[in-house]
Amino acid sequence: MPLFVLRRFIQAFNVLFVMSLLVFAGVYAIGSPLDLLVDPQATTEDLARAAAALGLDQPLWVQYWRFLVRAIGGDLGDSFIHGSPALGLILERMPATLELALVAMLIAVLLGIPLGLWAGLHPESIGGRAIMAGSILGFSLPTFWVGLMLIMVFAVQLGWLPAGGRGPTAEVLGLSLSVLSAEGWRHLILPAANLALFKLSLIIRLTRSGTREALQQDYVRYARAKGLSNTRVVGVHVLKNILIPIVTVVGMEFGALIAFSVVTESIFAWPGMGKLLLESITQLDRPVVVAYLLLIVVLYIGINLIVDLLYAVLDPRVRIRRTSE
Amino acid sequence: MSAPADDRLPLGVGPFARLVAAFADSRLALAGLALLLTIALAAAFAPWLAPQNPYDLMQLDILDSRLAPGSPSGDGRLTYHLGTDAQGRDMLSAILYGLRISVVVGVSATVLALLLGMALGLVAGYFGGRFDTLLMRIVDIQLAFPSILTAMILLALFGQGIDKIVIALVASQWAYYARTTRSTAMVEGRKEYIEAARLLGLSTARIVFRHLLPNCLPPLIVVAALQVAAAIALEATLSFLGLGLPVTEPSLGLLIANGFQYLYSGRYWISVFPGVALLLTILAINLVADQLRDVLNPRLQKQ
Repeated sequence: MPLFVLRRFIQAFNVLFVMSLLVFAGVYAIGSPLDLLVDPQATTEDLARAAAALGLDQPLWVQYWRFLVRAIGGDLGDSFIHGSPALGLILERMPATLELALVAMLIAVLLGIPLGLWAGLHPESIGGRAIMAGSILGFSLPTFWVGLMLIMVFAVQLGWLPAGGRGPTAEVLGLSLSVLSAEGWRHLILPAANLALFKLSLIIRLTRSGTREALQQDYVRYARAKGLSNTRVVGVHVLKNILIPIVTVVGMEFGALIAFSVVTESIFAWPGMGKLLLESITQLDRPVVVAYLLLIVVLYIGINLIVDLLYAVLDPRVRIRRTSE
Repeated sequence: MSAPADDRLPLGVGPFARLVAAFADSRLALAGLALLLTIALAAAFAPWLAPQNPYDLMQLDILDSRLAPGSPSGDGRLTYHLGTDAQGRDMLSAILYGLRISVVVGVSATVLALLLGMALGLVAGYFGGRFDTLLMRIVDIQLAFPSILTAMILLALFGQGIDKIVIALVASQWAYYARTTRSTAMVEGRKEYIEAARLLGLSTARIVFRHLLPNCLPPLIVVAALQVAAAIALEATLSFLGLGLPVTEPSLGLLIANGFQYLYSGRYWISVFPGVALLLTILAINLVADQLRDVLNPRLQKQ
């Protein structure tokens, strides 16, 4: 096991290095932010001074080297627009995004597994078909469109919930959170539901097909032959076995959820890092874009690692294969 | 499980006829196909079907702006069945033109991504070796990264435009095709008919294009069908965020974005109707693609 973890860490660092190279080359190599930042009436000397101040006059590999050395020290450069450290700007907005993504994932899992189980146990019933039809619709509806509809129905027509913003937050351990107050939930529930919809459809489908497959396995038949109650067969024997793919998907998709929160955040004016990324892209604020991408890559690698380890805990077959390696 | 469709057909019926019969098994898929054809025709003939050219300023009347669905125009010449936007543009016409752009972008991006991914996947799957290892590494990294991020970053670099959004969509989707082609090519490449073709002394190009490629197509068609819907949805999302198409080429996503601010004042039609058009397009494609997957997947074939 320790060897396996070590190998995964080395792999992770390799990927991170390659990504940093790609991201840097991609974002810095094309176009000049000077056109945007410096007054159009500036002289060539002004331009040169500005370029030197930002380090843009150096050859690309020198810029990358400096970037890398500083990045290892946790400094991903200062935002061109805000003037403060890019990483700090993102980390400031990260709790809002993580809170949104976590609540969305929770909604998707807590609704998706029971619905999927039900559809898997009664595939031919009207309810089962309705659940599947709903999940096809959930796949087809673009996230941003659902967001608009949610605002139109619940905020404009019914007036039950606020149309956007985060509302009041409570400070806990230095993090400001919405989930602690009723008013916070009122702001959180629409964007979270919006973000959850796609994953909900995915989990329903996975659970349903997993359940249908598991029901035909020998161990389920054996459990039934032993005279175990239906609740126990489904709750323990079926559920435990379909949890493996679901854990993988929940883990893998969590990164995608954070990435997709760009859309939800911009519709609901949720002050997270996705909204910051969008603003930074339109303002050509490259350090922030680079820092965001690298942070996402780190998140992804971390999540993958956790999923892999969880795998080994949940599925003894994986554990045995790895110890014998 | 119903009886296999093949049994009802007389022997000697070609494989294509069998596919058509199997496809027609699902009424929902047929409805999807009918809807899809209608949408495709509407997009293709938009300039002839639309009551007005929504981007010819001479035909617009600013006094007609933000009219509710069903209102007559100020000069009484036409009825705005789906209302008008802030510039007094007939929404029905704008949607038909927008549909055209959305479909063109989605389809051309899918075709290009398919060709690129297929070529790379074939080479990797058939020849293997270092190229295969390298390509699969890149594919793994690319697929771990959400497509919307890849596309957003590329658009941030290149700027707006139809060609740029097509490039961004291709870049974020080619990997699906590369992986599918490669895995199919690896399986097919080990089969007897390929070996027989080699023993016959056929050229590598002939083996790959005439023997291997046709047998790799079924799973690729399914992936491509699903990805067209994904490409259209992604383009709409990017245009909605203001990163995709410029205002001079308004796709459905941009129309929806333009109506967003009027949603709060209850003028729902500027956003809702283009959204319904987008939704129906994606739904129709998904219904057809779902059935194609069932029909073309040998593993799922009944019995």
